[in-house]
Amino acid sequence: MNATPTPAQDFLLSVEDLTVSFDGFKAVNGVNFYVDPNEIRVIIGPNGAGKTTVLDLICGRTRATAGSIRFRGRELTRMSESDIVLAGVGRKFQNPSIYDDLTVFENLEISFPRGRSVWGALRFRRDAEVRDRIHEVAEMIFLKEHLQARAEFLSHGQKQWLEIGMLLIQDPELLMLDEPVAGMSVSERKKTAELLNRIIRNRSVLVIEHDMKFVEDIAHRVTVLHQGKVLSEGSMEHVKNDPKVVEVYLGH
Amino acid sequence: MMQNDNPFLTRLDWLSLALLAALLLVAFPLGLDTFRLNLVGKYLTYAFVALGLVICWGYGGILSLGQGLFFGLGGYCMAMFLKLEASTVENTKIQSTPGIPDFMDWNQITALPWFWQPFHSLALTLLLVVAVPVAFALLVGAAMFKRRVSGVYFAIITQAIAAIMTILIVGQQGYTGGINGITDLRTLAGWDIRTDGAKLLLYFVNAALLIGCILVAQSVRRSKLGRILVAMRDKEDRVRFSGYAVASFKIFAFCLAAGFSAIGGAMFTLQVGFMSPSFVGITPSIEMVIYAAVGGRTSLFGAVYGTLLVNGAKTAFSESFPELWLFGLGALFIAVVLAFPDGLAGLVRNRLLPWAGRMLARGGKPAPVRPGMVTK
Amino acid sequence: MFGDYSLSDLGSIFVMQGFAGLILFSVFVLMALGLAIIFGQMGVINMAHGEFMILGAYVTYLTATFFQNHLPGLFDAYFFVAMVLAFLAAGALGMAVEWLLIRHLYRRPLDTLLATWGLSLILQQAYRSSFGAREVGVDLPGWMIGSLQATETIEIQINGLFIMALTVLITIAVGLMMFRSRWGQQVRAVVQNRVMAGAVGIDTGRVDRLTFGIGCGIAGIAGSAFTMIGSTGPTSGQLYIVNTFLIVVFGGAQSLLGTIASAFTISQTQSTLEFFTSGSMASVITLLGVVGILMLRPQGLFTLKIRR
Repeated sequence: MNATPTPAQDFLLSVEDLTVSFDGFKAVNGVNFYVDPNEIRVIIGPNGAGKTTVLDLICGRTRATAGSIRFRGRELTRMSESDIVLAGVGRKFQNPSIYDDLTVFENLEISFPRGRSVWGALRFRRDAEVRDRIHEVAEMIFLKEHLQARAEFLSHGQKQWLEIGMLLIQDPELLMLDEPVAGMSVSERKKTAELLNRIIRNRSVLVIEHDMKFVEDIAHRVTVLHQGKVLSEGSMEHVKNDPKVVEVYLGH
Repeated sequence: MMQNDNPFLTRLDWLSLALLAALLLVAFPLGLDTFRLNLVGKYLTYAFVALGLVICWGYGGILSLGQGLFFGLGGYCMAMFLKLEASTVENTKIQSTPGIPDFMDWNQITALPWFWQPFHSLALTLLLVVAVPVAFALLVGAAMFKRRVSGVYFAIITQAIAAIMTILIVGQQGYTGGINGITDLRTLAGWDIRTDGAKLLLYFVNAALLIGCILVAQSVRRSKLGRILVAMRDKEDRVRFSGYAVASFKIFAFCLAAGFSAIGGAMFTLQVGFMSPSFVGITPSIEMVIYAAVGGRTSLFGAVYGTLLVNGAKTAFSESFPELWLFGLGALFIAVVLAFPDGLAGLVRNRLLPWAGRMLARGGKPAPVRPGMVTK
Repeated sequence: MFGDYSLSDLGSIFVMQGFAGLILFSVFVLMALGLAIIFGQMGVINMAHGEFMILGAYVTYLTATFFQNHLPGLFDAYFFVAMVLAFLAAGALGMAVEWLLIRHLYRRPLDTLLATWGLSLILQQAYRSSFGAREVGVDLPGWMIGSLQATETIEIQINGLFIMALTVLITIAVGLMMFRSRWGQQVRAVVQNRVMAGAVGIDTGRVDRLTFGIGCGIAGIAGSAFTMIGSTGPTSGQLYIVNTFLIVVFGGAQSLLGTIASAFTISQTQSTLEFFTSGSMASVITLLGVVGILMLRPQGLFTLKIRR
């Protein structure tokens, strides 16, 4: 679509010829896309299109069979998951992934970007900077009153917010969100959209979402995946009117 | 309130610590004869292993069924030093090769093997007692955790390693003393460890070391590392994607547990006067897991009480109804899993403390402890 | 250690030891099949599996004694009766254990491990109380004693061949059950998605109980085979449990074919090495090899790359 030949360094994230096969089945097949700094990119596509797998590949959860993922000029495909995080990529999972046995405060504290080595964790002190930041974020994610509660007692929506809060504390340059409003009530959904709109400033965001209203609200550009390949890419308007997309996705 | 939400020891921790210290350092030495006290001292050496399992299994969710291996390695390192000291040329002049341990001579070995050489030095021995098991744990841990081996697979492989080590020790009797182990140990740097006075002193050294290890474990538990272990047990992927190299944390917990076990093993050798493969293999290793489970798998103090309780029961049963003991131990394994997953600590936390709180409240004083703050 | 033997000597040694390892292989395969069904399909660690095997061995011993005393004319056939009884006894005990213990512990695999270890202690003591601490042995029927002279240097034991054939039959039967029968279909459905399987009308509790029972029953048959290579004592089963677990893990827990291949590799390595060095060193080398390979390839030898 925007296939102007730009040197890769100008993009925050460039995904090129990305392919992964599970026992011969190519879940992601030669995918290319580029994300600019501060861009909000939404990936849509029918079930099984390979959306979550693309996020898994970027954050190192799944290893690519072929292709390259460059983030600020660094090749991610050969880095460990934790190094990818340290490079500035954050990931929210589809199901809320938080620590049930810890308090909300402790959940957030673990994501605080300091003391992430074994010795660092042993020496880590809960100083004023840590506490202030946690309180600040807790306020943003509507959990200020619940800081000392064990996370397992939160509602589904609150758990999603907590995980978003953990990513906020982590402060990644590229934030990846997998269906952040799935399974939420209408009011929770509205609050989440508001929250997301606030936190996606000053960073690039890669979102998988089914809620078209939500997508239209936030997306700068949309990438449509279908059967592991990029079907269409561009503005929401462009994608909506692309006959290929209408055929496989919106037409259903 | 936020200023002091994470003190080194909570009020209840202080209470538990004082209680344990009083029991180990005052009540037992005053109330028990030398023989019984030595027996308790022997049990307490197992508590080091249970303590390690609390960190590694209770907190980190890593169940090792091979902790006897580290207990044994520590114990053997100490035993090798003591054996060399006991095998002077003077003491062994009837052997065909004087100056080497008797079992080597029986097995037609004529020179001290290279790996026995470092154990001429006490300083080096004390270092190796901890260093050898920890290095071994580092090796095993690095190989397994870096490749994401966890859960039951890790349990089975550690068990297999413990089994291999037992077979090896039994099979290589010329180098290890075989099934009998290393026996007939006498002096530590010239000090006779078999006298009542020595046993009493060793008991106190052992108890003090145990309390020291509890404090080390406590400092790990309350650091961010302790919370990361809990987080890993719960959602390993989330920890990984929060920027932590999960394997390193597991290796640390495993090595710490190995180090504790090794200290226990060395103290066992000193107090009991021998070390044998029967403390290395599958059966002792898994039995030590039950000490931690009975105490409450996430309770540091519970590990000590669980160890004392199970071993006390074992001794009592074996004296009067030996055939019942295995039934009892088997039932204990099942009960602690099915009915009391939080062990003794759970009973104290959920029953005894609320009850005590109510009794105190009835007496007109405010309840001093909140049930949630108990020694987890 | 191979230096003193010529190449053809080595070949003969390998073949002879190979056949000598057949019974060991059969015991391992049968034990591992049972364990693989229970662990691979249900995710349950059964530390008492060796004790189920020993139950089969004791049943075989009792049957042999009964035939000797009351039906000496039919002694040649006792082994077949014993096998069936061993399967039924171990299977029934297995189902009872599943109902009393295991079903409360699904999704807590480390806890099943501890609980079944407790069970194994209880069973050991029960055997000791009923049969005494002394090991017991059985007499083989006449037709199983002796060996076939295959070539000048190679002899093959008849009981080894028999057990081997039996193992093949049982393995095929288990394979058919898993992949052809309605029960197998249900088991696989429950493994894939317990909730869904329940929703489409599969009685998941019954399937679990039956699966556990069959796994234990096969261990009972392994016990029958075991009486041919060793005498039976209360703790004999424990010697086998570590090896069997390693076989299952080494083979890739989900794959029956992998289990067989790995049982073959391990028992043949062990039995060949035994010729050159002591039995204990053979075990050490074999187990170390397996553990070493598992450290390099923790998913086992025969697993597929799957999307997590």
